[in-house]
Amino acid sequence: MMDCRRKAQISRAILVLSTVVTGSMALVIFLFLFRFSLPLFSSGSLGKFLSKNWDPDAGAFGVYPMIAGSACIASLAMVLAAPLGVALAVFMELYAGSRFSRFLRYFVELMSGIPTVVYGFSALFILVPLVRNTFRYGSGFCVLSASLVLALLVIPTVSLITMDRIREVPRDFVLAAGSLGASRLETLLRVQLPYAWRGVISAVVLGGGRALGDTIIALMLAGNAVSVPSSLLDSARTLTAHIALVSAADYESLSFKAIFLCGLVLFLFSMFSIVFLRVVERLKE
Amino acid sequence: MKKTVMINLCLLLTLLFSVYGFAGGLDLFEGLSGTLRIAGGTAHIKCEMLAGKRIMRRFPGITIIIGGGGSGVGIKQLCEGLIDIGNTGRAPTAAEIERCNLNVYKFAVDGIAVIVNPQRKIQNISTAQLVNVFSGKTTNWKELGGPDATINVYTRDSESGTRKVFWKKGLKRAPITRRANFVKSNAAMKTAVAGDPLGIGYISLGVADSSVKPLAIDGIYPSIENVKTGKYKIARGLYMNTRGKPGGLARAFIDYMLSPEGQELVKGCGFLPVK
Repeated sequence: MMDCRRKAQISRAILVLSTVVTGSMALVIFLFLFRFSLPLFSSGSLGKFLSKNWDPDAGAFGVYPMIAGSACIASLAMVLAAPLGVALAVFMELYAGSRFSRFLRYFVELMSGIPTVVYGFSALFILVPLVRNTFRYGSGFCVLSASLVLALLVIPTVSLITMDRIREVPRDFVLAAGSLGASRLETLLRVQLPYAWRGVISAVVLGGGRALGDTIIALMLAGNAVSVPSSLLDSARTLTAHIALVSAADYESLSFKAIFLCGLVLFLFSMFSIVFLRVVERLKE
Repeated sequence: MKKTVMINLCLLLTLLFSVYGFAGGLDLFEGLSGTLRIAGGTAHIKCEMLAGKRIMRRFPGITIIIGGGGSGVGIKQLCEGLIDIGNTGRAPTAAEIERCNLNVYKFAVDGIAVIVNPQRKIQNISTAQLVNVFSGKTTNWKELGGPDATINVYTRDSESGTRKVFWKKGLKRAPITRRANFVKSNAAMKTAVAGDPLGIGYISLGVADSSVKPLAIDGIYPSIENVKTGKYKIARGLYMNTRGKPGGLARAFIDYMLSPEGQELVKGCGFLPVK
């Protein structure tokens, strides 16, 4: 028979081990990315890789169009998803406790679990022809199509996190607002939402990370042209789709190195957004 | 009376032989089991799937997994030892052959057709027009005798053997416009152009069907007959590659595709058999 202290030691060891493994994974991935994209920085050819031209046949390996594509598609998706997601969270809270609200919450949770390829595939046959026929410009494979579907993908993330943070608002505040004569909606909009603003920001940033990191939706719907989009109806390529499309190049080739640069940009972006979140969380009122 | 018996006997014999002949191809797999992994060129997939189904139905102990990715992916995964057979829709380069000690088996010849949506009335395109459309100089269907609407160009990524061959033989190495949409496989190309009334792309003849419309180039229609006689120039071999000498299942699969039965299958897929 083990005594209590021994048991505690063992469980502690397991916890420390899993923390170290998970933490070092992220570090290893970063070092790996950095190691492979190092030649880009040391050889002074970074400018070439950030140029506007991607044409391996002509020796041009610029990934700038992909950075622009990712930025356009993810930010448009967030412009759509952030207000809708927050509004949905407020709406669900407004009717909290009712069967309707519970059903809605199940539904949103279900939505967040649907594999993204299912969204992409459905949109391929429904949204793309619709966009093409509505605007009568281009092929329908464009920034707009990808962003609309990404917004749909991100809304559950934004609203579920927002909703949880609204619920963390101390009960006293809600009761006080009620006793001053505020309606449920007024309490939500004037007291709970402003109190939980950091939560709303983390919800939006995390949602943005998801929009930026998703591969298959942009790959299937954005058209993947290697040019900087000049309109919402232009075909564009994201960093993630670029990695998926070019992954096969051999190790020594320049296109392979350019892929690592794409990975590094994505990694750095997610790192910065996490740092940003930490800073926001620490801010005092 | 006697004559009918003779005829019946002949028929029976023919039937027996044909059954025996049929079994002959698949007998290559007798006594084998395990998993055969194939990936790479996407023009190959349909035909190899058909062969794979036949083989797996008769020998439940054999599993054949066929993936895509493009010719470049096929070579890369083969070199890394991830797969047993790497498909390419172009001949592997000398550097690739040396680097991975490739054994190369050509099992079919395929044409690459320029396709548009069946809604377009255009039947023929000249090489000069083709180059202008794909390099982005011609951007409106009006210039090709169609409606006043933008041309949506579809292309494949740099891993594609179809792209490499089409670029070399169809476009005479003219650059492809940066505004082109990219699709990931021959099948995705078919879906894209079939769904876009203003689209134009290029595709393996074996993958094209009635959902898209192949165009004649300089008056020559992309049919397998014209590929055979050499009149239609945009053609290429379809290859299966192995790292070193193939053994076991890979050997049997390659032999099967090159057997009379396999070559019959190749013909049925819309390719030109090599034997």
